[in-house]
Amino acid sequence: MLLTCPYCGLRDQSEFTYRGDANARRPSFADESIEAHAAYVFDRENPSGLHEEIWNHTSGCRNHIKVVRNVTTHEVVSCEPVGPFAKALKRGRAT
Amino acid sequence: MSRYSALAILRNAFTGNRHWTPAWRKPQPKAQYDVVIIGGGGHGLSTAFYLARVHGIANVAVVEKGYLGSGNVGRNTTIVRSNYRLPPNSAFYEKSMELWRGLSHELNYNVMFSPRGVMNLAHTPGQMDAYAERGNQMRLMGVRSELLDRGQVAKLNPGMDVSGSARFPIEGALLQPDAGNARHDAVAWGYARGADQLGVDLLENTEVVGFLKEGDTIVGVEVERAGERSEIRAGKTGVAVAGSTSRVMKLAGVDRLPIESTVLQAFVSESIKPILPSVTTFGAGHLYVSQSDKGGLVFGGNIDYYNSYAQRGNLPVWEEVMSELVAMFPNFARLRLLRSWGGIMDMSMDGSPIITTGPLPGMYLNAGWCYGGFKATPASGWCFAHTIANDKPHALNSAFTLERFKQGRPIDELGAGPTPWYH
Repeated sequence: MLLTCPYCGLRDQSEFTYRGDANARRPSFADESIEAHAAYVFDRENPSGLHEEIWNHTSGCRNHIKVVRNVTTHEVVSCEPVGPFAKALKRGRAT
Repeated sequence: MSRYSALAILRNAFTGNRHWTPAWRKPQPKAQYDVVIIGGGGHGLSTAFYLARVHGIANVAVVEKGYLGSGNVGRNTTIVRSNYRLPPNSAFYEKSMELWRGLSHELNYNVMFSPRGVMNLAHTPGQMDAYAERGNQMRLMGVRSELLDRGQVAKLNPGMDVSGSARFPIEGALLQPDAGNARHDAVAWGYARGADQLGVDLLENTEVVGFLKEGDTIVGVEVERAGERSEIRAGKTGVAVAGSTSRVMKLAGVDRLPIESTVLQAFVSESIKPILPSVTTFGAGHLYVSQSDKGGLVFGGNIDYYNSYAQRGNLPVWEEVMSELVAMFPNFARLRLLRSWGGIMDMSMDGSPIITTGPLPGMYLNAGWCYGGFKATPASGWCFAHTIANDKPHALNSAFTLERFKQGRPIDELGAGPTPWYH
């Protein structure tokens, strides 16, 4: 499996570290519901088709990227930058 | 349905083996069952068997999308062990060992259980300390364990490189002498035949496409069979579908569970003469290898570290697994690989299973087996049958609920946290 790092280009999967479901959203700390926080930590949709997930280019630029991938066919639909450098990259200033 | 025995083999040999009957019936589905189990793998079939055998509930159907045993029970590395550290896991897997020991007689089917020992190699003094601790934990739970030094490892495993010049020199090992292997397909077939003889209907090529609901309560399943849809009503509905848990539960309206599906790969080499007496695991990485009765080396390592429903994996895992095998046994480098495959693991958020009532009324869930489901097959079915029959868990599976995640008491053997791909 190959992933396109938005910063470094097409690289082998072995350069990346998987960081899981990109849609886990931490509830606000003002939200005192244990269910909401437990659901954030533990519950996942685990779809069999397209999955949005975070990978880190550990053996490359060490940036996080958001990958949309079909988990049944291994087809990679998109690899987008996320995190502090993402906006700068979109404005064309990051390297 | 005939009983298997040495006499039956002789009798059939003298009559040209023309009178063997199929091991189980191919029944038509009834409109109503007391219990419907979704999933005709090891756990679903053993659940149906123990429902009928232990609890006297024989009006049971097992609904299977493909053929019986077509999933993970037919594609694992056949290791049976109970060398755990945390008490809920130790007690549960030791129950499984107890059932394994008598299984061939219980089922009248040779599951080829072979307690040849599971040897976990240690390569550092720190690892030896950790294994001493694990061995003591096992003994406290009544599980036999032995801590071995390098000389004892060499004696038990003569083919291994135990020299000081090995890539990762071997310090010693932890041995569970009562652990070993079993013939995976035979386990599925034996439970299927046993359940069938007790009156359970095994419905193959029957896919669940929906659940029947009255309010919130599950009252049966909608199935597709030979292109036609029909309804099967059930007093109780059990789900034991391993890697497909999230997909099937979504049909019931349960959209999120503490489970992610990943792929685990396994490999078999060409057949060679006996060289590897025990199941052996490499301690400086993650690799487990044993030799099948046909002579092939059966081995595997880590899961592919990403969500997957593909029954095939990627090459980085191959490279890691092969390099570790050769680091341990340099002479295996000349063997040819016969085949490899992948199975879908239902990785739970703490690495421990779920055998519970719910999450909806009328429904029972058996899932989260990670890559250790095969050895659990007897105890999983035994506990799940108890849970279904009595509407509450047995003491052995009372810790394996969904509530543990909300209550902050996950059973995390590795201490890896809610990262299912690291368990």
